[in-house]
Amino acid sequence: MKCINEMSLTFPSKSSNEGFARVSVSAFFSQLDPTVDELADVKTAVSEAVTNCIIHAYKDRIGLVYINARIFEGGKIRIKIRDKGCGIADVAQAMEPMFTSCQGGERAGLGFAVMQSFMDKVTVISRVGKGTTVTLSKTIKSRGMADD
Amino acid sequence: MPVYITFENDTMMAKIIGDIDHHTAKDIREDIDSALFDHKPKVLYLDYKEVTFMDSSGIGLIMGRYKQMQLLEGELRVINVSAQLKKVMRVAGLDKLAVIEGNK
Repeated sequence: MKCINEMSLTFPSKSSNEGFARVSVSAFFSQLDPTVDELADVKTAVSEAVTNCIIHAYKDRIGLVYINARIFEGGKIRIKIRDKGCGIADVAQAMEPMFTSCQGGERAGLGFAVMQSFMDKVTVISRVGKGTTVTLSKTIKSRGMADD
Repeated sequence: MPVYITFENDTMMAKIIGDIDHHTAKDIREDIDSALFDHKPKVLYLDYKEVTFMDSSGIGLIMGRYKQMQLLEGELRVINVSAQLKKVMRVAGLDKLAVIEGNK
């Protein structure tokens, strides 16, 4: 699969960066001329993944969040959201709808469920103490293709 | 200010403005709950007309207010929800929990 374009972002895990991250990623993909709904799907999935880095991976500290977004031929997009935080001991359990490790607060435990329903594919690779990489993939059925 | 709150008889209307994410949800929640417990309305309307974005933090916000209204033996109505926001709510089955209306 040939990569046509890519961009990377690195920022500290401050909640004020959640909006910045999702808007930046969706702005990058706007060159594919996606529908408003497709772009909103990507924004929502990115917001969930970045929020996970902020509230889970770097629970008691500020660390760096790394995003790499790529456009491939045929309107395929891939976004990797990576942290060097605490990692997830049981990925399958973390991905179960309604599961949350947050005590108190009002986290619904639906972050991964939202990512899975808004993107074509979600993969999670995690090592305890090392960090987590979430890869979000989707095909943008564009009105036009950016191929140059 | 992310939320405008008005009252009419036993009804409280909370109009949320802007993006609902983990960063903004806390302030929105605190503003609504503080008004809720001062006035103890029978019906709480959450107006999403001016909401520009919502992720699963918005689901937590609705579920939490639903529980508060149950404690008050009242009712929660979510209004002016766009198609995209409805999609987020459906992931949580919120369309079965609270009354969600399109345009009002």
